[in-house]
Amino acid sequence: MKALLIDFGSTFTKVALANLDPPGLIGTAQAVTTTSTDLLDGLRTALAEFSRGELEGIAVKRACSSAAGGLGIVAIGLVPVLTAKAAREAALGAGARVLATYAYTLTSREIEEIRSLRPDMLLLAGGADGGEQRTILDNAALIAESGLGVPVVYAGNKVAADRAEELLTGRVPRVIVAANVMPEVNVLQTEPARQAIRELYLQEITKAKGLERIQQEVGLAMPTPLAVMRGGELLQRTWKQTVVMVDIGGATTDIHSFGDGKPSAAGVILKGLPEPFVKRTVEGDLGMRLSAASLLHSVGVERLQEQLPFLLENGELQDYVNWISASKDALPRNGRELLIERALAIACIREAIVRHAGRLEEAFTPSGRMWIQQGKDLTRVDLLVGIGGVLAHAGDPFDMLRQALKIEDSLALTPKHPQLYLDRHYLLAAIGLLSDIYPQAAEALLGETLAPSEV
Amino acid sequence: MPQTNTIVLGVIGADVHAVGNKILEMTFSDAGFKVVNLGVMVSQEEFINAAVETDASAILVSSLYGHGEMDCRGLRDQCRESGIGDILLYVGGNLVIGKRTFSPVEALFKEMGFDRVYPPGVMPDVAIADLRKDLGL
Repeated sequence: MKALLIDFGSTFTKVALANLDPPGLIGTAQAVTTTSTDLLDGLRTALAEFSRGELEGIAVKRACSSAAGGLGIVAIGLVPVLTAKAAREAALGAGARVLATYAYTLTSREIEEIRSLRPDMLLLAGGADGGEQRTILDNAALIAESGLGVPVVYAGNKVAADRAEELLTGRVPRVIVAANVMPEVNVLQTEPARQAIRELYLQEITKAKGLERIQQEVGLAMPTPLAVMRGGELLQRTWKQTVVMVDIGGATTDIHSFGDGKPSAAGVILKGLPEPFVKRTVEGDLGMRLSAASLLHSVGVERLQEQLPFLLENGELQDYVNWISASKDALPRNGRELLIERALAIACIREAIVRHAGRLEEAFTPSGRMWIQQGKDLTRVDLLVGIGGVLAHAGDPFDMLRQALKIEDSLALTPKHPQLYLDRHYLLAAIGLLSDIYPQAAEALLGETLAPSEV
Repeated sequence: MPQTNTIVLGVIGADVHAVGNKILEMTFSDAGFKVVNLGVMVSQEEFINAAVETDASAILVSSLYGHGEMDCRGLRDQCRESGIGDILLYVGGNLVIGKRTFSPVEALFKEMGFDRVYPPGVMPDVAIADLRKDLGL
């Protein structure tokens, strides 16, 4: 028995073919994604790399997709650091691209902004259970009147759920009511909303995006980031280690962390909304192609110069960045550009990790100096996995990761000495697709694709 | 002003006195209030955010370490800015340092916008009775 696992990416359609019993990777292949014509064309091209014999006996077909913009969600809550943040975490945890997050009552301008963002779905939160309900009901009414025509997941105050559902039904294509993302103050509950988002994705979004045929023919199961996340969850569960995964793409850099991130030192007080055990952040301004210009803007020339063994010429970096941002498949043309590429990747990873990890803040109390922690403490994370072409094709991926983890800021709770791994066959999404139906095979593939650094 | 029985409780500022806070949580819960306890080292912002999300009727601020005046200043204005200007504000504990008579301290905190101010040694029952009265429960 074999499994065919497909990732329809925005640039490439990546295919993995694996034996299930005994489990093992047969091979991987990729072809340019054909969004303009039929996604299946690109898939056929990729499959042509396998022999006829290899393609016999496929019992399972499963796919994930981030093509056609992935799953775009607008998150809406009440207080920015409470329900709005909880809604955002839930959407990210469902593998979505969060296009924007709004707090309090939506204004007519914000409704127009949402319209122009063209989200696939709205996630509506606000109020703890039994708490404030005027705002979420106002927002439900505003969404109903707006004619946005976008399905809604309601995950706010349970007391207002029936009324909100009534307001929205018939005015938007679909409403699903899920349990509150923040049932009590400072309690985060993202799982029900994540499930509702996935349900809606499978039933409505694939239809809207013309992915129905893909769903029927190859079993489109989830957005790609969710598949990658599930691969990471399996890794955390089966290896019983805390994990951080860094996924560098052309347009975004995703960081996933798997662990509770509680304070690791004494005298630290945890503040704010708790962090999800599985946390994902997406940095839309950090990427190796489409977002290279914003990456340069975010980190600055000086930080990049630090990683280079030669002095940059005036305008050299800007010229290179201009060139790669304009073309998805631009590759470094000489040794100098290769080193610039490496420096960009290191900066990208470092910045994304700093943003994902928690921070300490000093507080002086009559009982001495204390520390307040916001976010996750990842300093003692066991494993760090690098994903993405720029690492997989680099000559020294582990050195790049080590450089990226050298962070002078002592208040940033970033991983200090994790064991480093590389997803060398780009299999984590495929593993995530398999993890709930064939967990043992998925586990075997983890062992095959994850290459450790030499200690 | 909302007339729910939800109250937000916490120890303000850089104050880490946790025991009284637990006792207040217990006694107010036993008295039938829905208590949102934020614990110790709570900022003004956290009190207000929690009150907004839960539609609370009152914020009960404790301060045991003598910096209460500094920590509580501006809380009423922050509430007004956040759309909950009418919420009941109670404060109690060791609000100031040194042996000062209570009435000027009470006047000071009322001036700052607190509805009830309690000196050290007041039993929770007193505040519970006041809260019932103020909320018309």
